Amino acid sequence: MAERITRADVEHVAQLARLALSEEEIVSLSEELGAILDYAAQVSALDTHDVPPTAHPLPLVNVFRPDEARPGLPRDEVLAAAPSVQDKRFRVPRILGEEP
Amino acid sequence: MTAYETVIGLEVHCELATASKMFCGCPNEFGDEPNTNVCAVCLGLPGSLPVLNAMAVEYALRVADALNLRVPERSVFSRKNYFYPDMPKNYQTSQYDEPITIDGWLEIDGVRVGITRAHLEEDTGKSQHVGVGGRIHDAEFSLVDYNRAGVPLLEIVSEPDIRSAEQAKRYVEELRATLLAVGVSDVKMEEGSLRIDANVSVRTPGSPEFGTRAEIKNLNSLRSLLRAIEYESDRQWSLTQAGEKVVQETRHWDEESGRTISGRSKEEAHDYRYFPEPDLVPVEPTQEMRERVRASMPELPAAQRARYIEQWGIGAEDARVLVDVPGLAAYAERAVAALPGDSGGSAKDVVNWVRQEVLAYINETGLSPAVLAPEMLAELVALVAAGTISRQQAKDVLAESLRDEKWPRTIVEERGIAQVSDEGAIADVIDRVLAANPNVAEEYRAGDEAAKKKKWGFLMGQVMRELKGRGNAQVINRILEQRVAGE
Repeated sequence: MAERITRADVEHVAQLARLALSEEEIVSLSEELGAILDYAAQVSALDTHDVPPTAHPLPLVNVFRPDEARPGLPRDEVLAAAPSVQDKRFRVPRILGEEP
Repeated sequence: MTAYETVIGLEVHCELATASKMFCGCPNEFGDEPNTNVCAVCLGLPGSLPVLNAMAVEYALRVADALNLRVPERSVFSRKNYFYPDMPKNYQTSQYDEPITIDGWLEIDGVRVGITRAHLEEDTGKSQHVGVGGRIHDAEFSLVDYNRAGVPLLEIVSEPDIRSAEQAKRYVEELRATLLAVGVSDVKMEEGSLRIDANVSVRTPGSPEFGTRAEIKNLNSLRSLLRAIEYESDRQWSLTQAGEKVVQETRHWDEESGRTISGRSKEEAHDYRYFPEPDLVPVEPTQEMRERVRASMPELPAAQRARYIEQWGIGAEDARVLVDVPGLAAYAERAVAALPGDSGGSAKDVVNWVRQEVLAYINETGLSPAVLAPEMLAELVALVAAGTISRQQAKDVLAESLRDEKWPRTIVEERGIAQVSDEGAIADVIDRVLAANPNVAEEYRAGDEAAKKKKWGFLMGQVMRELKGRGNAQVINRILEQRVAGE
């Protein structure tokens, strides 16, 4: 059985994901996330001693493309898809806090 | 000796000079019109998939060879998750627990600075904060250009082995020269091709433990790096002396005020929730890839400097300047090669001119040494060595030669400034002057110091007048010496 997901865990993850959760959501998500972790924890019952960690399910490595430049998309089309544009740039709301 | 010791580790972000971006074919170009080099992949549009640029991997392997880094059998890309509009995907593709290179070192003035790792990641877009003062906290909104988003970066992380601001600067200079030599980046700090974060802490000299560190961001020049580290270490030491604690945090260097400013406190420290990038498969550099890189590695700066010092008999500082200024060493080598063997001019002479006049000209005009004709400098050095023109005259001639791309010999002829250095001709004139002034030589030999000086000046003046001011002073001096003082 995995460790319980606490209310603080949910609030922290919601903050990182910029999600505004209601009180009910925090309670229900604590339970749901706990159940998901419990499910995933079944793996720990297996002996994975000889199993190498894997980052990828495909038996592939070294998929490359040659370093060749080709033109980007037409700018007008790109910017037309944005909610707000100014000076040929994407206009985004005021950023709170510091850059990453 | 200072009261405290500064401990510094540097993170250097180097933009790789590939033709296209890291995971898509958009051009990797600095200074293009905003949002012209963007596509579905680097804009993070739904359904798009990244494919790794082979050249980015090759460049990382080149750096591995140059910085004595190990290349593990396998490396993987990870997603670094954060919400900030400089990445439209809400994550940056980077490397986390399995970077492409680890455990290297770079030697700085005889000291090895350890390099923890150098990993590949994509660059972010550029945000411009609009509002009062242009600073983030009073911005009303931001404008974002994604041309830079997805440009390949190599982040080179040093161990906390650096002990002074000056050493940090030397480390970056050496790293920059190395990256330039192996041809992976244009290393232009002013264009953001090389950006530095510095982890700084202070402690009592000899203390085995590290102090609490602050990470200083936004260091975009060597000058900022020096000033920021000096400011920050003083600030931290003052705090500890006053019995206060240094807070572990990110601080931003503010060039104008010359201070570092607190970014965010530890409580808000980022939690990037790294996980393996499912859209990219692992990289396993093959023996063949590594051999190909190794076979094409150029001479590294340290070896190049040692060669110039040894072969040309120049000083360490001369060698450093030649190697550090892009294109300057190649220019000097071609000039030395073009020196006629019997000219009497030396490689050292060439380097002197390169370091003074040629470097000044490059700095003034912003031209690359590659567009100058080193053969012209070689001719100038030969003209000086042959005594055709004096060093003083050569300065003007070189200035004109560089500016108008004209051969020095042509300039000398046009200006009619060639010196008379022919020993026979000069000896004839001296003999004539002595014959016309039969007592002077005698008075010179009999005279005291002051009289000697006076008579010598008189004779020089007479000879120069006969030669219309174009006599080679060194040759005249030497022959006069033989004729007057020697007997």
